[in-house]
Amino acid sequence: MTSHRKWLPFVYLAPVLVILVLFVYYPIFSNVYYSFFDWGSFSNTMHFTGLSNFINLFKDSVFFTALKNNIYYAIISEIILVGGGLVLAAILEDKLVRRYATFLRTIYFLPVLISITVIALLFEFFYNPQTGLLNKLLESIGLDGLTRAWLGNGDTAIFAVIAMSQWQSLGYVAMLFIISIQKIPSELYEAARIDGAGKVKQFFHITVPQVKEMAFVATIMTLTQAFTVFNEPYILTGGGPGHSSEVLTTYLYHSAFNEDAMGYASAIATVILAITLIISVVQLKVFRSGEGD
Amino acid sequence: MGERQYDLTDANGVYSNTRTVKHPKPEKSYGKIIGRYAGSTLVYVILIIYFLLIAYPLFWMVVNSLRDSNDIITNSWGLPDKLLFKNYATAWESGIARYFLNSVIVTGITCLLTILFSALAAYAFARFQFKGKNALLIFCIGGLMLAPQVSLIPLYKLMQSLNLYDTYWALILPYVAYRIPFILLLIRSYFLGIPREISESAYLDGCNNFQIFTKIFLPLSKPVLMTAAVLTGYFAWNEFMFAIVFISNDELKTVPAGLMQFRDALQTDWGSLLAGLTISALPIVLLFLFAQKYFIRGLSNGGLKG
Repeated sequence: MTSHRKWLPFVYLAPVLVILVLFVYYPIFSNVYYSFFDWGSFSNTMHFTGLSNFINLFKDSVFFTALKNNIYYAIISEIILVGGGLVLAAILEDKLVRRYATFLRTIYFLPVLISITVIALLFEFFYNPQTGLLNKLLESIGLDGLTRAWLGNGDTAIFAVIAMSQWQSLGYVAMLFIISIQKIPSELYEAARIDGAGKVKQFFHITVPQVKEMAFVATIMTLTQAFTVFNEPYILTGGGPGHSSEVLTTYLYHSAFNEDAMGYASAIATVILAITLIISVVQLKVFRSGEGD
Repeated sequence: MGERQYDLTDANGVYSNTRTVKHPKPEKSYGKIIGRYAGSTLVYVILIIYFLLIAYPLFWMVVNSLRDSNDIITNSWGLPDKLLFKNYATAWESGIARYFLNSVIVTGITCLLTILFSALAAYAFARFQFKGKNALLIFCIGGLMLAPQVSLIPLYKLMQSLNLYDTYWALILPYVAYRIPFILLLIRSYFLGIPREISESAYLDGCNNFQIFTKIFLPLSKPVLMTAAVLTGYFAWNEFMFAIVFISNDELKTVPAGLMQFRDALQTDWGSLLAGLTISALPIVLLFLFAQKYFIRGLSNGGLKG
């Protein structure tokens, strides 16, 4: 049955290998290489500058604003998406709401299906200071003092952006937990009920330990997304006003395509690569130790 | 698949409910009943508020896509007096039609190539023993750890030097490359489950290796190939960053990138802009409603996003 021709499997593998080398691995390595040079897309020369792009980066306050905003993104997303997603999933799987669960799940999942451009342009309407629904809503419930230009104000812009991301992704993470909860043997809950455990107790003693693995996957995924997010801030604020809502990727874009500082932008990309690799290593470590026991 | 498991717990739930009634602890039951009412009320309140939070904005988008800009500005909460379907015609003619066509082409070819190449490689990993197999497998799925954002600048440069910048291929090739690791893993695990006896008897019947792939493996793997198509299609239809960087010609832009242009073109015509947003949201929502089980299977196999 095994083939005598040793090269045959490589024929099947060839297209994948060529594409991965050319469009995944080569760019990753050349990006690190580029980050040691000073260059622009319109000139043909590249000046080797050693670590100076990185040194400048660590002196650049915008870089730290961006990094801080990514950290905000990560913290808020972990709480709302992973914490909130788990609670929402547990509620939707409770027999109390069984009659409406399928309908609600579908509605909650809808934002996941809609392109982020559509959602961001829609939220621009809601955040509009004069005509937007958010300020109108606040006015109508007597909270006029809270109304503001959500995206035009440096203090709120990044949080308005983060809020929209949560709005889009909560249904997604909840769906992951729903799939995981459905795999829990119902005998566990029965036994707990017979022992007199209430819903809250069941949640903490059965649901949470049983979905531990999915919670870990969701945590890592959310973390990676928080440090690579681009679309939402780019469309809603473009990193503004005055770089206040910049994240690493939008600053990368800005440096590359508005300032033509390609080497500097590559250095930012290298920092993103380092962060995502650290997250992946942690993931692999925990995954391995999880397999051991 | 999800539905079936759901029904199962349903049956058990009813059964266990009767058990609880049999075993109450008398001294606690009164407080417990009140607690349960308060708890369930809270649950309903949360679910309804969250429902409104998700559904109202989408409802607002659809309703206002049928209204006049002035009405939207003066009365944002209102319903349309008469339905302005011409907003949809305006949106369609102001570029959406073109972006749609581009997205269909890019998404279609991306799906086709991703699945074809991944299936071929998965076949090699599932069917052959060869030197360096594990190392190559790690090489192939290692791409899962690499964020596309990191390769933005080198890919931009590469596309220009390959003369692919401002062509559909500038999007298709990176999309295929970044989807392969996951789709390959998905298809491989399915292929591993196909019994050896089936392919062995086909071999005895005179099929060569490639025929076993096309006549046995591919037809048997329809469910996983559908899942792969749905996941890849979702990704390619919605991708934004490569779409705005690797294509500058408005004629070639896909929907997510084109909408940015569209917004600038229709600055004050809010009704038509919202109509454009609604049209753009529809395809994947419809795909989900009709192919829900493939979405769910994809999710339980490791995800849609990222």
